Amino acid sequence: MALDTAHRRGVITGAAALLAAGAARGAEPVVTLPFGNGERPVRTYPEKRPMLVLTERPPQLETPFEVFDHGAFTPNDAFFVRYHLAGTPPRGLDAATFRLKVAGAVDKPLDLGLADLRRDFPATEIAAVNECSGNGRGFSNPRVAGGQLGEGMMGNALWRGVSVKALLERAGAKASAHAVEFNGADRPQTTVPDFVKGLGIDHARNGDVMVAYEMNGAPLPLLNGYPLKLIVPGYYGTYWVKHLADITVLEQESQSFWMQKSYRIPDNDCACTPPGTPATSTRPIGKLNVRSFITNFTDGQTTKASPRAPVRGVAFDGGSGIAAVDLSTDGGRTWAPAALGQDHGRYSFREWVAHAPLPKGEHQLVARARNKAGEAQPMQASWNQSAYMRNVADVVRVTAA
Amino acid sequence: MTRLARTLIAVAAFAAPIGLAAGTGVAREAPAKAPPAYAPPPEASRFIDGPGVQLTQRYCLTCHSADYVSSQPPHMPPSFWQGEVNKMRANYGATIPDDAAKAIADYLVATYAEPSAGRK
Repeated sequence: MALDTAHRRGVITGAAALLAAGAARGAEPVVTLPFGNGERPVRTYPEKRPMLVLTERPPQLETPFEVFDHGAFTPNDAFFVRYHLAGTPPRGLDAATFRLKVAGAVDKPLDLGLADLRRDFPATEIAAVNECSGNGRGFSNPRVAGGQLGEGMMGNALWRGVSVKALLERAGAKASAHAVEFNGADRPQTTVPDFVKGLGIDHARNGDVMVAYEMNGAPLPLLNGYPLKLIVPGYYGTYWVKHLADITVLEQESQSFWMQKSYRIPDNDCACTPPGTPATSTRPIGKLNVRSFITNFTDGQTTKASPRAPVRGVAFDGGSGIAAVDLSTDGGRTWAPAALGQDHGRYSFREWVAHAPLPKGEHQLVARARNKAGEAQPMQASWNQSAYMRNVADVVRVTAA
Repeated sequence: MTRLARTLIAVAAFAAPIGLAAGTGVAREAPAKAPPAYAPPPEASRFIDGPGVQLTQRYCLTCHSADYVSSQPPHMPPSFWQGEVNKMRANYGATIPDDAAKAIADYLVATYAEPSAGRK
């Protein structure tokens, strides 16, 4: 990996390479994302390789984009981190004493240790993409307030744990159950509202929504939710509650601030508004938009001219599954289909590769994915006030020489 | 080349193993793991000095580091920064008195709305 060269999601300066960061003295590596105030220091946090630091407190760490060129699964030590509250991550969590409680509108409330989860419930595994609602927010035009994310606030992992369905069956959710709230062990240290998310009862017990105790075959890193994390396949990361400690069955919809006031999108088909205008009515954010990225070229890169250059990347959506990825080398005028890689399940990253002629000269590579529901990435970015759900077709300019 | 031939080549290209745990539904022992110690890098970002910086430190640093401010887009109008201060009070529980809120917004406009501002 040529980490010290200009690369497409940013330019690294200040040290010869990320891999040498530990040896660097004085000049800390910095990635400059290609938008104003896009400078991100690159630092190593516990259980993490060097990551782009968006904010130090709460910790918000972005995955270096080149990681996505190395397989369909994102290593745990490279997986992005996004917290909301001061005092996160919570300290002193102990697998030996941690409890998960299931309560509310149930016949038999549960109070489970991690060993109980492993011993008393069938294990389930699912490959699923976790993507931040605002992944790519820094590219919004016009720009908006919030975490100024590049495109590395996403990742794909194999999650192993227990389905919420199995937990609710054991607890005996009452017939009057309407929704389920999920709360983590991280509690507000200030007057900020507690980070609680809600799902409809049918969604919560669809069999895919699960409580994970393993990620890619290992315990979860603390910064990704150790020891338990809610997995909501096909839904944006805001629902994936870390350090999950409380599942509460409700007889009405969740009144949490983080459902009623935050993480809401325009209530229309495109989840968009004319640029610069707020939405008149909103609804909670939901399924992932179909999206794809080119991972082996960086914007502005020079490459060797070739009659058949491999162009590869990843694609994903909210659970329909990827039907096709098309690649253009002329800015979208003509397209050729890419070959899809191994199918790890409908919620997973799907790798793709195409072989494109790149004669000497400048080329605009464009990748565009389509899912099995017929939804395709747009060629023009839509806009909303929070810059959620960005999924414009990915464009990478290269010069072949 | 036919679509099938392309696909076959693609399968070969994807043949590298990913080395993940396999199998479902089988109980396994919990991997041993001590309670994670957590020692992040020391907080390094600072608000740029200027009139109002002390109030800004006092109220804003309660919940987040200074880089949450310095990483916001450059060239934003005063209404952007006033809106952010109001959002923190109305939505995110920041207990900032009116006069302090105005001073903080003035500081943010003077310090972070200029093209030369940014992460320091």
